[in-house]
Amino acid sequence: MSKEERHSVIGHPMPRVDARAKVTGQAKYAADIELPGMLWGKVKRSPYAHARILNIDTSKAERLPGVKAVTTGKDFGGFRWGWIGTTRDEEPLAVTKVRYMYEGVAAVAAIDEDTAEEACELIEVEYEPLPGLFDPFEAMKEGAPLVHEDRPGNITTEYHWNFGDVEKAFAESYLVREDNFKTPRMAKGYIEPPAIVAYWPDSDHLTVWIAKGSPYFPYRILARCFNLPLNKVRVIQPFIGADFGGTKNDMVNGDFAAPILAKKTGKPVKIVYTQFEELATCLRRHPVWITIKTGVTKDGILNAIQTRLVADGGAYTRMSPLSLYLMGCCMTLPYKLPNFKTDAYCVFTNNPSSAAMRGHGIYHTRFAADVQMDMIAEELGIDPVEIRLRNAIENPEPGEIYHTVNKLTIGSCGVKECIEKVAQAINWPETKKAKKVDGYLAHGVGVAAGTYLSGARLTGHAAAAAVVRICEDGTVNLLTGASDVGQGSDTVMSAIAAEVLGLELKDVDIKRVDTDYTPVDPGSFGSRVTVYAGEATKRAAEDAKRQLLEFAAKEFGIKPEAMDIKDKKAFVKADHSKSIPWLRLVRLACYTTPGNVIIGRGVSTRGVGQVPNWETGEEDVGANYSFTAEANEVEVDLETGVVKCTDNSVIAHDCGFPLNPPAVETQVQGGAYHQGVAAALYEEFKMDNGLTTNPNLVDYKRPRAYEAPMTKVIHVITNDPFGPFGAKEASEGSCCTAPPAVINAIHDATGIWIKELPAQPEKVFWALKEKRGKPPS
Amino acid sequence: MNGEPKELKLTINGKPYELKVKPQALLVDVLRKNLKLTGTKQGCLTSSCGACTIVIDGKAVKSCSILALQANGHEVTTIEGLADGDKLHPIQEAFIEHGAIECGFCTPGRVMSTKALLDENPNPTREEIREAMQSNLCADEGYVKYIEAVEIVVKKTQGGS
Repeated sequence: MSKEERHSVIGHPMPRVDARAKVTGQAKYAADIELPGMLWGKVKRSPYAHARILNIDTSKAERLPGVKAVTTGKDFGGFRWGWIGTTRDEEPLAVTKVRYMYEGVAAVAAIDEDTAEEACELIEVEYEPLPGLFDPFEAMKEGAPLVHEDRPGNITTEYHWNFGDVEKAFAESYLVREDNFKTPRMAKGYIEPPAIVAYWPDSDHLTVWIAKGSPYFPYRILARCFNLPLNKVRVIQPFIGADFGGTKNDMVNGDFAAPILAKKTGKPVKIVYTQFEELATCLRRHPVWITIKTGVTKDGILNAIQTRLVADGGAYTRMSPLSLYLMGCCMTLPYKLPNFKTDAYCVFTNNPSSAAMRGHGIYHTRFAADVQMDMIAEELGIDPVEIRLRNAIENPEPGEIYHTVNKLTIGSCGVKECIEKVAQAINWPETKKAKKVDGYLAHGVGVAAGTYLSGARLTGHAAAAAVVRICEDGTVNLLTGASDVGQGSDTVMSAIAAEVLGLELKDVDIKRVDTDYTPVDPGSFGSRVTVYAGEATKRAAEDAKRQLLEFAAKEFGIKPEAMDIKDKKAFVKADHSKSIPWLRLVRLACYTTPGNVIIGRGVSTRGVGQVPNWETGEEDVGANYSFTAEANEVEVDLETGVVKCTDNSVIAHDCGFPLNPPAVETQVQGGAYHQGVAAALYEEFKMDNGLTTNPNLVDYKRPRAYEAPMTKVIHVITNDPFGPFGAKEASEGSCCTAPPAVINAIHDATGIWIKELPAQPEKVFWALKEKRGKPPS
Repeated sequence: MNGEPKELKLTINGKPYELKVKPQALLVDVLRKNLKLTGTKQGCLTSSCGACTIVIDGKAVKSCSILALQANGHEVTTIEGLADGDKLHPIQEAFIEHGAIECGFCTPGRVMSTKALLDENPNPTREEIREAMQSNLCADEGYVKYIEAVEIVVKKTQGGS
């Protein structure tokens, strides 16, 4: 019996539980929240990327009619914050020094947005400009100015790991190659800019609606900032217009300004960032300079990889320690790698800060490694699919575990099947052999494989919990701390509860996060929600079920373990004809003297306990690992350098077991396209001495419907032993395979290698010209 | 630049409205702030993301790209006016059934672009769908299910009635 048949709800296609609210416009996002007497806030920003603040004069702004309050960084009493305790290097609003262009230095609350903006213009700030650092290699030089006076060398974070013996392995290799690659600064890409509404119901309670995928970040940070106990900070989560890490995990200037302005005025204050503020000041993907040296046997089997990474972390630490960790730790997947050494540096500059983004960390190094794998294959005369199959990690037999050289624990690995299936679906041998050039158009096909972790295990709190409340009419309330930011977790959590309780999806109503009522949870990042919150929900539903079965068992004079619930009936396992309908059972449980209240509680501790060793780079960083392979065909215009992905595009994803198959498909297609193909071909922030010169969605090219390949998704099912119902992550892995697959396809079409993403037309044009042997004119 | 408020008369979702607005007010602001029709989303204010797309006299228009006063005397349809009471529009139904929704922020704008397209061209080709939808940016789901959902509506409405 297949899993789909065994399960009544999960594994079957389900419309999303929140789809109706979204498609009718009823879903409220943070910017849609309005309260009586609400004021509008605006942040005053620095015109310098690096400057000392000598004086701020707010008097003119305060006198402007309609202005209700003005705040500066001094109002926060020296408070600094950061991702973890040891990285608290950022102020809510800069007090003594600005470290990146347009950093917030003050804020205004006024009766409307126009007045708030006008008041910001009237705030006079005296600066002493300082020399800026905009290139991480300049910042690493001895004697370079310091972004943070207490951080010598401008090093944000660094790792030096060594597994096996790379020198010996290189010496024994048939071929050793060293190449340099670069990934660009990328926008997160969500359409909904940051937004917050803050108010104080009384002088010691703070309530905020905030556009965050990780609402318990602001919960903790705002509590510390305003010196409030956690039980007096209430973060209510509206619908979230996508997340992708970084800005929607943690804080922006406006997230501090709105609460303090609300406190000063006694009124609710709303701040909605413009897209300009989002693109010019918010967190972006790290640009990374990657040197990768690889040694292989004559048959193309990997002997060793050595990498040197330099990432521009921008002005503040933010999540960079984790970003750099991830860039290194997953190099040992999805191919067998016996020797690996890495030296990784993240560097402070006066650029806007870098942070987590969909495909976090792994995207950079997988791009470099999987493009270089095609270079190696070409040198050795091995087919790109074949070389990947030769190196791919085998799927462990049930009950067995594969350990990588850095001690990652692999309970299931479908990468081989992924590679085989995409090769088959794209008709690999024929497509590869097909005629490449037809007039001014060249066609080519490329393949890549990758991985992603489910559930970043961090130091500190990583547990997840759920509460299942059985209502007396037989319906179910589900509370989790997990955030659906569009990935579809509300649907999957509801489905898990329905599955365990033998109900239909419509019988369960999941509540969005409200820190006054829902259990604490780290948030939506690191592909953690399905595996951790999913397991918690499963356990909570099982707990409620156990309580209900005690009442059912009494009716038949047997033990609860002898009964089960399915299809809205509690039945005796040995004799299905002995049963009680669900509603009757619930009423029995709720009303039998003295009456009970059925509340199921479940906790996942999978993310807790064993955390990676940050010094050595060993041990698991995820609960389990998804695997992906992707093949893309491109069409290259040889005259203009414009590259387009055709509809001949396939991705195979091993998410263990797809709990809601269509949602996995949209997740994987979205990841493969928006942060995958787009990263390969289109997206890059252009910088000029700290200034982002394309901070709008026209000059910063984002892909649109007419450029989208109709990527086909193939589910590869491996039933992972560590995920709820066999599930692993679905989506972030898909961001990591598209860039190498597309770059490899461009090479197949034209013979050029684009080693710096993205392959924008100009870059491709010049590379083609150089290849034809004509010096650039 | 803050001129005196001027009278604006228009029809929204079949209902006549008369109100006073600042001459510089954008239509998206008047819909969202004055009339509390927050189903229309505001993403970029530079006419590039399409989240604020509404239908004016049958055409898809980004409501951040025109002044409210330019809609004077015109018929506006927003996402709030698409369903018939509890009965959803076939476009809305197809989006739900086919799973063409993720975070949902761009969804109202996409639904309205689709409505304008299908009202004008009830039987578009895939290329025509892609072309019509190019003004609506998505961030997370990659357009595939979305294009397919529009094709499902076309098939249903062409084959059905």
